[in-house]
Amino acid sequence: MKQLLTFIRKEFHHILRDTRTMMVLLGLPIVQLLIFGFAITNETRNSNIAILDNAKDEVTQKIISRMESSRYFDIDRSLTSNQQIESAFKTGKIKLAVVFQQNFQNELAHANKAQIQLIADATDPNQATTLVNYASSIIMDYQSELNQQNNLPYTINTEMRMLYNPELKGAYSSVPGVMGMILLLISTMMTSISIVREKEMGTMEILLVSPMKPMLVILSKAIPYFIVSLVNIATILLLSVFVLGMPIQGSIFLLIAVTILYLLCALSLGLLISTVTNSQLAAMLISLLGLLLPVVMLSGYAFPIANMPLPLQVISNIVPAKWYIIMVKSVMIKGMGFAGIWKESLIIIGMTFFFLFISVKRFKVRL
Amino acid sequence: MKAITVNNIVKTYTTKKETILAVDDVSFSVEEGEIFGLIGPDGAGKTSIFRILTTLLLADSGSANILGFDVVKNFKEIRDIIGYMPGRFSLYQDLTVEENLEFFATIFNTTIEENYNLVADIYKQLEPFKTRRAGKLSGGMKQKLALSCALIHKPKILFLDEPTTGVDPVSRKELWEMLKRLKAQGITILVSTPYMDEAKLCDRIALMQKGKILQIDTPQNVVNEFGKKLYAVRSENMFPLLMDLREFPQTENCFAFGDKHHLTLKEETFDISELEKHLITRGHSNLTIKKIEPEIEDCFMQLMKAHPNDE
Repeated sequence: MKQLLTFIRKEFHHILRDTRTMMVLLGLPIVQLLIFGFAITNETRNSNIAILDNAKDEVTQKIISRMESSRYFDIDRSLTSNQQIESAFKTGKIKLAVVFQQNFQNELAHANKAQIQLIADATDPNQATTLVNYASSIIMDYQSELNQQNNLPYTINTEMRMLYNPELKGAYSSVPGVMGMILLLISTMMTSISIVREKEMGTMEILLVSPMKPMLVILSKAIPYFIVSLVNIATILLLSVFVLGMPIQGSIFLLIAVTILYLLCALSLGLLISTVTNSQLAAMLISLLGLLLPVVMLSGYAFPIANMPLPLQVISNIVPAKWYIIMVKSVMIKGMGFAGIWKESLIIIGMTFFFLFISVKRFKVRL
Repeated sequence: MKAITVNNIVKTYTTKKETILAVDDVSFSVEEGEIFGLIGPDGAGKTSIFRILTTLLLADSGSANILGFDVVKNFKEIRDIIGYMPGRFSLYQDLTVEENLEFFATIFNTTIEENYNLVADIYKQLEPFKTRRAGKLSGGMKQKLALSCALIHKPKILFLDEPTTGVDPVSRKELWEMLKRLKAQGITILVSTPYMDEAKLCDRIALMQKGKILQIDTPQNVVNEFGKKLYAVRSENMFPLLMDLREFPQTENCFAFGDKHHLTLKEETFDISELEKHLITRGHSNLTIKKIEPEIEDCFMQLMKAHPNDE
């Protein structure tokens, strides 16, 4: 026991004396979260849009006033022709143009069909999609109201529902993603690097030729990074609640329990990497290319899994972060209990045992 | 019981391109309380033997045991009773001198206080720097700290792989004095070194070359077995002198040896003044030729010549 404690203290010396690395470890989650939650957000506010109202009737006025009252848009009504739209786009004055056809109200009343054209500045595709979505959801709202009042099937009813995140808040998707990424990065990469460093520096040689059990060596490597990761979880959660304004709907204890489960999985993965590599560089490359990339690409954090080609969808199942992100979303955003996430928890536990089993099998008691 | 027994150990390393024979059928044994030296240049296979004996590597064939424990089957028992100082500095550079020693004491289930007397001689020199990070120590200081760390758990057998490489002459002398004192405490020491002048400080030595042991004996016996007259020759222009000496028909061996050339002749009865005359006609000035006692290195060179197949 004393061996273990001394060893852990030694590991903390390593971490604390390498100030630069420590700053990265503790600062990275904060920076990432703020960048993904704030700066790079899909949420757009007060975007300049232009309206070309060729009908100027009651219905179009109603729709325009609804758009005006939404906080997403600042409306410029001064346009009178299509040419003006083009020049407005070119000068970057507007991001979106809404064009009503002529005789809008009449068409709607008699043909049950009317057209609104949404033209977006697609130089920033994400923003364009978002703006189009905002605008069309306002139009759909109006349309469904109209249909309720009149019991008449005006236009084709395209249903657009934004469950749980009707405002498309950026933080809702970035917080679980950043959590999944940061924890994996720190726990897996740092654990594997710190074990491999002992090999590289030659100290592993002495540790092996000592009565200390190899498992104890590994345990004392994992514990400090476990603690560092807990600090990171705390900062991420505090930031997302108090700075990004993203409430925790479900039980915070369940969220923490799930996170610890994921941490253990990440630590055992780090251990596995350390048993197959002999240099810090290799450990880092495997962690970065082999983990970070799949996490970003395949976990459903950056790109929706449902949109991927089938082979990638299958591969995404072996990315632990995918399951963790699902759990965090379920608990944090949807407020679900354990009953809703038991399957994902089991998968993470299974992965952890698998990684541990392989690492113990592969761990060398010799050089 | 023998402290260390090695029987017919063979070790090869296989890379994609080639197979390297690092240890070639090596056998020797070390008595308890002895300082046994493995002497040989880089690549002689010294480190491989150390790693096999410290249970870090598995030999391809052959067997070895430490105080009766087999290095393969009983590796756990062996790890409790040996101290190992690898050739490369292997302490934590970002920990202080004191923290390093404390750490190694703890993982070997002991404390600095318990065995302080063992390391006291060396550690006293380090104590003024005990709050300094190990990475900031000088080469000699590093080795002293490494030795202290390898000793702190009072091992029965100490394995020191090139402890004096990269160490200044004063510190080298101090380290060897330290080894003598440890021997007096009953600790068996297996030490390796590429420096021939350190060989005579061992009780017995094994001269190694290309994975093979050329000779095992006490340093004195190795020197006695040289069995030839040895001359030290020097002049103003050392390099042409070496060429001329090697061309001389009576020359058997001639090697550059520090500021002299060491020379052995084919016929023991040859009159050395003939050589002097010859060299003077070749234009060498300030010529001195002196008969000297052979050193370990001369013996090593002779043995290497006798095993030309290994070249």
